[in-house]
Amino acid sequence: MYSFDIQRPTSVGDAVAALGTDEALPLGGGQTLIPTLKQRLSAPSVLVSLSGIAEMKGVCTGDDGALCIGGGTTHATVAKEASVYPGLAALAGNIGDPAVRNRGTIGGSLANNDPSACYPAAALGSGATIVTNTRSIAADDYFQGMFATALNEGEIITEVRFPVPEKSAYMKFEQPASRFALVGVFVAKYADGVRVAVTGASEEGVFRWTEAEAALSSNFSADAVPAAPSGDGMISDLHGSGAYRAHLVAVMTKRAVAAAS
Amino acid sequence: MPKDHGIGASPKRREDVRFLTGAGNYTDDINVHGQAYVHFLRSDMAHGTINKIDTSAAEGMPGVVRIFTGADFEGVGGLPCGWEITDKNGDAMKEPGHPVLCQGKVRHVGDPIAAVVADSLEEARTAAEAIELDITELPAVVDMGKALEAGSTKVHDDLADNLCYDWQFGSDTETTDAAFKSAAHVTTLELVNNRLVANPMEPRVAVGDYSRANDEHTLYTTSQNPHVIRLLMGAFVLGIPEHKLRVVAPDVGGGFGTKIFHYAEEAFCTFAAKACNRPVKWTSTRSEAFMSDAHGRDHVTTIELALDKDNNFLAVRTDTKANMGAYLSTFASSVPTWLHGTLMAGNYKTPAVQVNVKAVFTNTVPVDAYRGAGRPEATFQLERVIDKAARELGVDPIALRRQNFITQFPYATPVAVEYDTGDYEATMAKMEELMDIGGFAARRKASEAKGMLRGLGVNCFIEACGIAPSNLVGQLGARAGLYDAATVRVNATGSISVMVGAHSHGQGHETVFPQVVAEMLGIDEGMIDIVHGDTSKIPFGMGTYGSRSLAVCGSAMVRATEKIINKAKKIAGHLLEASDSDIELKDGQFTVAGTDKSVAWGDVTLAAYVPHNYPLEDIEPGLEETAFYDPANFTYPAGAYACEVEVDPETGKVTIEKFVSADDFGNVVNPMIVEGQVHGGIAQGIGQALLENCAYDENGQLLSASYMDYAMPRADDIPHMASYVVDHSCQTPCTHNPLGVKGCGEAGAIGSPPTVVNAVIDALHSGGHTHVSHIDMPVSPSRVWAAMNGQ
Repeated sequence: MYSFDIQRPTSVGDAVAALGTDEALPLGGGQTLIPTLKQRLSAPSVLVSLSGIAEMKGVCTGDDGALCIGGGTTHATVAKEASVYPGLAALAGNIGDPAVRNRGTIGGSLANNDPSACYPAAALGSGATIVTNTRSIAADDYFQGMFATALNEGEIITEVRFPVPEKSAYMKFEQPASRFALVGVFVAKYADGVRVAVTGASEEGVFRWTEAEAALSSNFSADAVPAAPSGDGMISDLHGSGAYRAHLVAVMTKRAVAAAS
Repeated sequence: MPKDHGIGASPKRREDVRFLTGAGNYTDDINVHGQAYVHFLRSDMAHGTINKIDTSAAEGMPGVVRIFTGADFEGVGGLPCGWEITDKNGDAMKEPGHPVLCQGKVRHVGDPIAAVVADSLEEARTAAEAIELDITELPAVVDMGKALEAGSTKVHDDLADNLCYDWQFGSDTETTDAAFKSAAHVTTLELVNNRLVANPMEPRVAVGDYSRANDEHTLYTTSQNPHVIRLLMGAFVLGIPEHKLRVVAPDVGGGFGTKIFHYAEEAFCTFAAKACNRPVKWTSTRSEAFMSDAHGRDHVTTIELALDKDNNFLAVRTDTKANMGAYLSTFASSVPTWLHGTLMAGNYKTPAVQVNVKAVFTNTVPVDAYRGAGRPEATFQLERVIDKAARELGVDPIALRRQNFITQFPYATPVAVEYDTGDYEATMAKMEELMDIGGFAARRKASEAKGMLRGLGVNCFIEACGIAPSNLVGQLGARAGLYDAATVRVNATGSISVMVGAHSHGQGHETVFPQVVAEMLGIDEGMIDIVHGDTSKIPFGMGTYGSRSLAVCGSAMVRATEKIINKAKKIAGHLLEASDSDIELKDGQFTVAGTDKSVAWGDVTLAAYVPHNYPLEDIEPGLEETAFYDPANFTYPAGAYACEVEVDPETGKVTIEKFVSADDFGNVVNPMIVEGQVHGGIAQGIGQALLENCAYDENGQLLSASYMDYAMPRADDIPHMASYVVDHSCQTPCTHNPLGVKGCGEAGAIGSPPTVVNAVIDALHSGGHTHVSHIDMPVSPSRVWAAMNGQ
C-alpha cells in the first residue's frame, strides 16, 4: 500500500474535523478498505480511524423501542447483544468469518453498501433509520445503487435505529467462493405490514421486493410468496445467471418466512 | 496389535512440531544481508505487441537499483520444456520460445514485462507504476476450438498455427473402428475437465544470491525438486555449471505439482543477483500466483465407449483438446499424452483403446501438472462414460464395472503399460462394505422425506505412479532420467543422516523415511534424520511428484541401507572374529549366528570412524553409502470410491453426505500419513468437482483471479470425519520395488471427481430429471439448477 497518515480521534466531532482535509478517508473495521489499500487501488493521504470513538459503539434500546446500534459496533457485538431482534442478531452472527465479525462494523458495511453485503438487507428490510453526524436518513432513501448511498463526503454513520418487528429472518444463499450473499433475503413482519429486502441479486444493489411484501402482508406464510421476479436487471456472473438469482429470491423468501420468529 | 515403530507404525509427524509452532524455515523466512526486492510489472492484457517500454522516469525513483526488461535477457536462454512429444505424423511438437521477461509480445495476463529491483518492495512497486508502456492490444485467443480454426489469431507468430501437437496413441484406427462397428451399444459423452489453480498455502518465493569471491550462485526457491531446477536453469537458461550453482528448497508449504516447474522468477532472481551484485528477493502475492503459477487440467474431451450385446467393453476412443496456455511449461507436454493416454484402459480389459490429443496454445497462463496430472483427466472421462452407459443400458453401474474388470496380472493394456499386480474386485467389495450399499435405498427415502434428492456415485481408478523407468521415458521423449538417489551417512556414534533426492513439502518424509531405515537396522527412529532440499547436501535426485517418493527414492534409500548393513556386518565380523556371512543384525545388535557373541550397532559405527581395530586391508573406514534407484516399471495403485450426495432441488446445492475410498497402495509404511494423504486428495477432488473453476472471459481476462471468485474447498464442504472413510486394507504389494509400495499422494484427487459427479447425476435422475446426462465441473448450484431446468 501507499504511505498514509492515520488519525485516531476519540469523538465524532474530532473525526468530522479530521475528515475535512483533502484526500482523507474514514476507516471503520477496514474489511473492504484495507484490502483495497493493499492492492494500491486507493491512495488516501490520511486515514481517520473511527474505532476509538466510544460514543459510536454499543447496542441499546431507544425510548421508542427501536434497537439502536452505534455505527462503530462490530458484527460480533451485534450478534451477541441484539437479542431483542433475533433476526438481526442471527444475520450479524453469520457475516464472513470470526475475524471479519470482530473487526467489521455496521456503519462501515452500510457506508460501503456492497451489493452482496448482508447488513443492507437488514436495514432496508427493517425500515431502519441511518443516523449520521448531521441528520437522520430513512433506509428507503439511503441506498442508491451498488456502492452508492445518500451519504455526503465526510459524513459519518454514528448510529442505526431498527424498529423491532414481530417476526423476522434472514436467509442467505452463499456465493461459493466469497461466501457473500449470492442472494440474501431479509423478511420482517411488523404490525403495519411486511417488508422484504433482497441483497446480492440486483445490479441496482439492495432492493425491496414489493410484490412479496404485498402478498405476505395479507398472508404471512411461505405459500403466499409470489412467483420469482424477473431475471432482468439481476446480476449475471461466474456464479449464477440473472434467472438463477431471481429464482433464488423466491426460494430464499419462502425459507425466510418459514423460519421467521 | 498395531506396531508402535518401524514399518506399519503411525508415529506422529515429527516435522509438524516446527510447522505448528512457527519454527519452520520457508523461503520467505530467508533474508540475505543486503538483499534488494523485485517487483514484476505484469501484463494486464492477454495479447499485445510491445512497441516501447520507457523506464527512464522509473529509474530515477527513490530506492531503485535497476530495472530489467526483455532486452536484458537477449542472449539468455528461454525456459525449457522437459519433454518432447512426437506427433502422429512423426514430427516433433512445436516448441515456441519462453523468455524470462517478455520480448516483443505479451501473451497472457500476468506475463512479466519488466522487473524493478529496489531497496524495498514498496519502492519497487511505486517505480513500476512510473514505467511507460506502449503496447498495441491484439485479439486474444482463449477458446481451444477457436484457436484451432483456420485463420485464428496466433499466440506465436513464428508458428504456423496454435497446434502444439496432434498425438495419437494406443490401438490403431482400423482395429478401433472395427470394434465400434461391431458394437451392440455405443455411449458417447462430451465433457470438460475444468481448469484449476493449485493454490498451495505458501505462494512461490525466490531469493537469488551471488558471491563475487568464488563466482557462486545460490537460489533459494519454493521447489519440489531443487536438482531439476539447478539442471534446467543452469544448463538451459543461464549457462551456470552445476558446481557454481546451489539450489535450496527449504520448508515448502505445499506444491501439488505447481512447484515442480522452472519459473521465470527463479531465473530472474539468480541472474539479477549477479547483475546487481546484491541478493534479490521475490515473494509472490496471492494475486500474482493466480496469474503466474502454472494452472492444471483444462481438457475438453469427447469419449466413446463400445459394448457388445452382453455389456462387455469392446473399445474406448477419446478425442481431447488440451490447453497448453501461452507457453510450454516444464512438463506440460507430457501431461495430456504419456500421463493421460497410458491410463485410458482404466481397470478394465477393454481390447481396443485409442487416444487422440491435440495440444493447443492460447492466450492464457501455461497449464502443467497438478495433483494427478493426466490421470484424473483419464479417470474422469472413462468413469463418467461407463456410468452413462450403465444408465442407458439400465444396468447396475457396479455390476457393469465388475464384469469388465481386469482379473489376471500382469496385464498388458492396449495403451503400452503393464500392470504388475492388483485386485480390483477386492477394493470394490471393500468399498461396498464400508459404504453399506445395501442401506442406500433407505437413506434415499430419508432424504426424500426432507425434500432432498439423494444420489450414489461409484468410481474405480488406476494410476501409474513411481515415475519412472528412465529408459522407457527416454524413448517417450523425456529429457531427463527419472531415477532417484539417497545417501545414508552413519555417524561415529551410530546416528544417521539420510540425504535424499525426494523433497518433502507436506508428505511427511522426515517421519516416514526414518521408519524404513530404523526397521532395517533395528534401531530407534529418533537416531535418524532426513536431509533434503539442498543441492549442496543431497545426491542428484529428481524430487517429489507423481506419488514417487517412497517408491523410487525410498527404494534408493533401501538399497543404500543394504550396502550399509553389508559393510557393517564386515566390521562386526572383524570385531567378533567371525565370518561376516555368519553375522546377523537384529534389534541393533550384530550377533554371530547360533552364539551369544554380539556387538552393538554403536560399537560397529564407532569402529568405522575410529578404526583402531578394523580390517583396513579389506574395507575403507567410514560408513556412508549412496544408491541410485531406477524403477523397473511404474507402480499401479488402484481403488474403488463411492459417495452419497444430497441435492437441494430448489437451489441446486450439492452436499456430500458420505465418502468412502478403498485403495490398494500395496504395502503401507505409515498408515496415519497415508490416510491423511487420501483425506487431502479427496478434499482436493471435491474442490474440483463442486467448487473450483479457473475462468477466463473471451478477451483473456482472468475472471476468477482471487478467492472472492475462485472457490477453494473448506472444512464444511467435505463430510464430517465419521462419514469420510479412507481404507487401504486391500494390499497387493508392488512386485518390482523392494518395499512393495505403490504411492498414495494423488489417489484421492484422481478417484473423487467422477465419484461426485456420478452421484449428482444419480440424485437428479431419482428426482425425475432424467434428461440430465452430464454436468460439467464444477457442479455448482447454478449449474445443477440450470441442468434441472433445461437451461
